[in-house]
Amino acid sequence: MEPLKRVRSKTVVIASSNIDTDQIIPARFLTTTTKDGLGKQLFADWRYLADGSLNPEFVLNRADAQGCQILVAGRNFGCGSSREHAPWALLDYGIRAVISTEIADIFKNNALKNGLLPITVDDATAQWLLDHPGAEVDIDLSTARVTLPTGVATTFPIEAFARHCLMNGTDELGYLRSKLDLIERYEAARTW
Amino acid sequence: MSARTLFDKVWTAHEVVPETADAPAVLYIDLHLIHEVTSPQAFSVLKSLGLPVRRPDRTLATMDHSTPTRSEQVFGNVPIKVDAAAQQVRQLERNAAEFGVELFGMRDARRGIVHVISPELGCTQPGMTIVCGDSHTSTHGAFGALAFGIGTTEVGHVFATQCLLQAKPKTFAVNVEGKLQPGVTAKDLILSIIGRIGVSGGTGHVFEYRGSTIRGLSMDERMTICNMSIEAGARAGMIAPDETTFEYLKNKPRAPKGAVWDAAVARWRTLVSDPGAAFDASIDIDASTLEPMITFGTNPGMVVPITATIPQASADATAGPASAGAPADAFYDKALGYMGFHGGDAMLGKRVDVVFIGSCTNGRLEDLQAAARILKGRKVAAGVKLLIVPGSQQIKRDAETLGLAQIFKDAGADWRESGCSMCLGMNGDTVAAGQYSISTSNRNFEGRQGVGARTLLVSPLTAAASAVQGKVADPRELL
Repeated sequence: MEPLKRVRSKTVVIASSNIDTDQIIPARFLTTTTKDGLGKQLFADWRYLADGSLNPEFVLNRADAQGCQILVAGRNFGCGSSREHAPWALLDYGIRAVISTEIADIFKNNALKNGLLPITVDDATAQWLLDHPGAEVDIDLSTARVTLPTGVATTFPIEAFARHCLMNGTDELGYLRSKLDLIERYEAARTW
Repeated sequence: MSARTLFDKVWTAHEVVPETADAPAVLYIDLHLIHEVTSPQAFSVLKSLGLPVRRPDRTLATMDHSTPTRSEQVFGNVPIKVDAAAQQVRQLERNAAEFGVELFGMRDARRGIVHVISPELGCTQPGMTIVCGDSHTSTHGAFGALAFGIGTTEVGHVFATQCLLQAKPKTFAVNVEGKLQPGVTAKDLILSIIGRIGVSGGTGHVFEYRGSTIRGLSMDERMTICNMSIEAGARAGMIAPDETTFEYLKNKPRAPKGAVWDAAVARWRTLVSDPGAAFDASIDIDASTLEPMITFGTNPGMVVPITATIPQASADATAGPASAGAPADAFYDKALGYMGFHGGDAMLGKRVDVVFIGSCTNGRLEDLQAAARILKGRKVAAGVKLLIVPGSQQIKRDAETLGLAQIFKDAGADWRESGCSMCLGMNGDTVAAGQYSISTSNRNFEGRQGVGARTLLVSPLTAAASAVQGKVADPRELL
């Protein structure tokens, strides 16, 4: 995984709350056996019309949304299924951070393991972001700080270990495997 | 030692390394369930690193999500319609053989939905940590196990180390007292709980379902409850094991036997929250006042009693705290628009095109028995399609032996092989755009059962009653 320290980008806003992983990537696209190329199926049922053409009404299809790396969404983003295809699809499309007031547990874990930043902010900051699509936002992982173009900055919660792994491009599996001697000792000591 | 919760006891017993300020806990996993959809990329990681599955003896594979349910496709020579699904099934067969993982494959008599077969084989046991690349892994919490869904990267972590890096969640007591009225089921209870807590109210928490109502439920009913914990945002839901649990597990093929069984039961009896144990959050539910429940929107928290009308706006009570308040929210109106419903509409009498009875939520034998109570001697209404899909091949055989399958066929239902089927549209069983599906599954998200499909979540009783009447119906009138 590439080290990730900072994301500076215009935002794209999908204001709905409770955007579930079936919306992020519908189940019929989960028959893949790789992680690649899922970006074209991101938000497929919102992004494309029945004939397969782009839905001009959907925000990601607008000209000013192109190249945006930060997605701002309503509360409880990523609820539902555990499919890691959801962060894979967002990353493959080009999104590097999701900002909401609340992000579902499994999605958050999956995002962190792939270098997609799940960022929760207070209601006032979220409301400002929802009201200002296209705002130029600066996310600095080293200080865990989101800075709005108004100059207002706010910190976001992130576990120390996850931040360390993201900033150094550390693979968590390598860390876990460094504990194998302790794992063997645990197994040997268990009496049930 | 201070009073401890059930969750805390199970968590602590599996800490290889406790959580610190700098790093999450290294948590040992007793049982790793895998299926064809969320495992292939994790096997690829093992191959690229040249690593084995460290504990194949703690790993169990089956196929359920993308498999067809038509007998001629499962046992005959009719190919799987979706090419990519066929490839996924073959990939799991190859991976299981290469890594020495036991697989209940397509034609195995023990195959079924992963969350149905593990309990029925006795693999799921109290006090275990159980994970699977599937959010409904919470089902196994019905046995007093700590069971939760993980992503594919974590599937790879468990393959390679039998452990996960986990931050310790908070605890949430769901206290349920009072007797469920006739026609009101475990499904109605959990839908009602989700309506109260909201679809994100459980985020960061593990539920423990407690109280006399829970104690009075069968294992099939407890699994229905724990299954939908994730729909309130919780990672897991647990129920302390008791005589009901032990009676269910005794003599199951893979449950302990003889002296090992006796020792296991003695240990399992300690898996209860101590009197006075503190929870981070709690809610009290009176089960005696509940009615059959039905969803009207596009998440499981948008739910009302079946005799009620659709709330005018999310602030109207039942949509719960998750939908109310700031920031500004376009979700509620969009959801009703998708469903083709309006605030103030009555739910009774709503149109029905398809009825689905099955899934890891309601595809067990007691669920099929409930449906049969309504369907016996009756016919599915003209213009309605009723699909009944058992949760496992074992349940299919039991339902055939008990005569349930004949009742279903006589009623005009389509009786299939086991699998996830119409719960999620990725195996050929789908609901057409614009159609209304009365479903015993767990998610009414947009497009979940097919592009443009409109899902109303209910109990097996309500599903069967609606199939017979050809519209959303109150099962209490047919019991």
